[in-house]
Amino acid sequence: MRRLVPMLLAALAALAAGCEKKTQPAPSGESGAPTATAGQAAGSAAPEGADTILLGEVGALTGGQATFGISTRNGVDLALKEANAAGGVKGKKVAVRVYDDQSKPEEAALAVTRLITQDKVVLILGDVASSNSLAMAEKAQAANVPMITPSSTNPAVTEKGENIFRVCFIDPFQGFVMAKFAHDNLKLNKVAVLQDNKSAYSIGLADVFTRKFTEMGGKVTGTESYSQGDTDYRAQLTAIKKTQPDGIYVPGYYSEVGVIARQARELGLKVPLMGGDGWDSEKLFELGGSAIEGSYFSNHYSPDNPDPRVQKFIADYKAAYGGVPDALAALGYDAARVAVEALKRAPDTSSASLREAIAQTKDFPGVAGTVSLDEKRNAVKSAVVLKVVDGKATYVTTISP
Amino acid sequence: MAQLLQHLINGLAAGTIYALVALGYTMVYGVLKLINFAHGDVMMVGVYMGYATALGLGRQAQSSLWGVALIFAAAMLGCALLGFFIERFAYRPLREKPRLTALITAIGISFALSYGFQLDLGFKLPLPGGHELSLALPGASPRAFPEIIRPTEWLIIGDRDVVIWNWQVISLLIALGLMLVLQYLVYQTRFGRAMRAVSWDHRVAALMGIPTDRVIALTFMLSSALAAGAGLLYAIKDTSVSPLMGLYVGLKAFVAAVIGGIGNVPGAVVGGLVLGLVEEFVVGYAASTWRDAVAFGFLILVLLVKPGGLFGRVAAEKV
Repeated sequence: MRRLVPMLLAALAALAAGCEKKTQPAPSGESGAPTATAGQAAGSAAPEGADTILLGEVGALTGGQATFGISTRNGVDLALKEANAAGGVKGKKVAVRVYDDQSKPEEAALAVTRLITQDKVVLILGDVASSNSLAMAEKAQAANVPMITPSSTNPAVTEKGENIFRVCFIDPFQGFVMAKFAHDNLKLNKVAVLQDNKSAYSIGLADVFTRKFTEMGGKVTGTESYSQGDTDYRAQLTAIKKTQPDGIYVPGYYSEVGVIARQARELGLKVPLMGGDGWDSEKLFELGGSAIEGSYFSNHYSPDNPDPRVQKFIADYKAAYGGVPDALAALGYDAARVAVEALKRAPDTSSASLREAIAQTKDFPGVAGTVSLDEKRNAVKSAVVLKVVDGKATYVTTISP
Repeated sequence: MAQLLQHLINGLAAGTIYALVALGYTMVYGVLKLINFAHGDVMMVGVYMGYATALGLGRQAQSSLWGVALIFAAAMLGCALLGFFIERFAYRPLREKPRLTALITAIGISFALSYGFQLDLGFKLPLPGGHELSLALPGASPRAFPEIIRPTEWLIIGDRDVVIWNWQVISLLIALGLMLVLQYLVYQTRFGRAMRAVSWDHRVAALMGIPTDRVIALTFMLSSALAAGAGLLYAIKDTSVSPLMGLYVGLKAFVAAVIGGIGNVPGAVVGGLVLGLVEEFVVGYAASTWRDAVAFGFLILVLLVKPGGLFGRVAAEKV
């Protein structure tokens, strides 16, 4: 009898462990490759032996930036489905294993380590938020595994080393675009800045905007800051109101910007708000309501683009996931396609030759603009400026480097 | 001057919410000497219950007085029930164990709620008569809370230099009203006397014929219902709701309760208002980066100068 209890406990523990294993590796290899599930069950079996090339992806599937991660995952998924339907690469299917980083850099670093050491992926895609990508880039560079971030715009990400690439433009360019737009198109002279102190992305954009806008002859009346996750910005906005600006630059993420817009209007600040690609989410319009109307933000792509390639992507995306793809979905799609192209061009699927192949990407026709990587492994491309009209982001103009 | 006045109003509005949430901490601590760290997350659940009710009622009913009353009632009753279950299954079995044990389960409940609510699960329950009840967890992204009290400007000074909104006044009145009701409940009713007796020593209280389990369960239900009410006022104020909001507001309210003297009802309200004002002025006149440092620095200062909090008494520990 005495022995029975511990034995039962051990059995229970084993059961629990079994359950855990089944539910753990989240949505992973559903990218159209039937062998992906087999690879998954085998755990860290080297993918070269099987007829699957395994890629890794890290993204925010939960937490404050969840819509970013989910859009990106859909984009990547769509690209790989297409690649596999067209026969795959070198006679093999391409699969991707996805881990959630909960919108936290420390989780992103863990996930990347797991992808490299345990799953032995040949390439890593992700993340959207620069703070998370920075944590990932360090690990990927140290392990010599190439990494492509679809939409991290902070310059420091690719500066981590020769293995880190991106298919989007960088923050200094985005800050410049909005400064130019505010000065030349909107004819603003006095702009206040409200930045997110916890995000490298937001601070980067705010710094460049301030420098460029001042160089163009404008005046930045004041810089206030908040922390990601705040919901009360009235103190900062009251201080901004005192400086009587013509516009406010808020280079944050949609989850905060929507609320900021509401509270600005509540305090009687009627000037337009401006921001960057962190605004790009359907949620912005829900959180901001009518307060966000008439605001502007810079972005990678506009679904209004009549290019047949873009329209086909939008139609495919709608059919697969419903809803119009945002820029993050488009960049996720582009990043995965750049990876597949590189896999095709590389002599073998080792990380080293893959790295060389990615570095040579030139004039690649992405849905979010043409991708040519410069010597710093950044994509050089133009940006669009969008305006919020009737709860939708509508195209205003394109600004080139 | 106008700016100062506006900061004052903003700070009071934020402090009101802290105060209401702090009341819940203080009540539970008063009776059980337990810091119920899940309190903020119960508040979050209450907000989502209100959200679901508001959506269920549709646009029409929301701005009517009855609609708002119904939303508050549903959230507060739902949370009272949740509070009952948490107490029954997470705290009561551990009541005779060292206090640290209950504190750990409290943290466990807190994380279970805030992370559980981030899951994107939907399931449908078939009901008799061909109806279906669809239940869904809210998912991780923040959501906009519907405008259940239509915002109206009550007072505008100068050229919109200072703006006071109806919901700011309503929140403050509700908070003060709830404080008075609680004060009455604790000091003037039989239930309150029982609560204080249990707080003194629950074993002796039980020997005197007080149904301690029932008193403690009722206290939890009351504090959880309060949390739901506070959460709804918070959602009306800041419009954005997310599963992690409870952790953040809960921590701040806990600080407010300690500043005021934990276990003390008026202390919780004053602590909340003071904390709201301190934060507002720090952000408005210094920098937002300083806010949490100053708030927690203020807590340390209060504890150094008056270890029992502003209104608290230091009780000599019986040995």
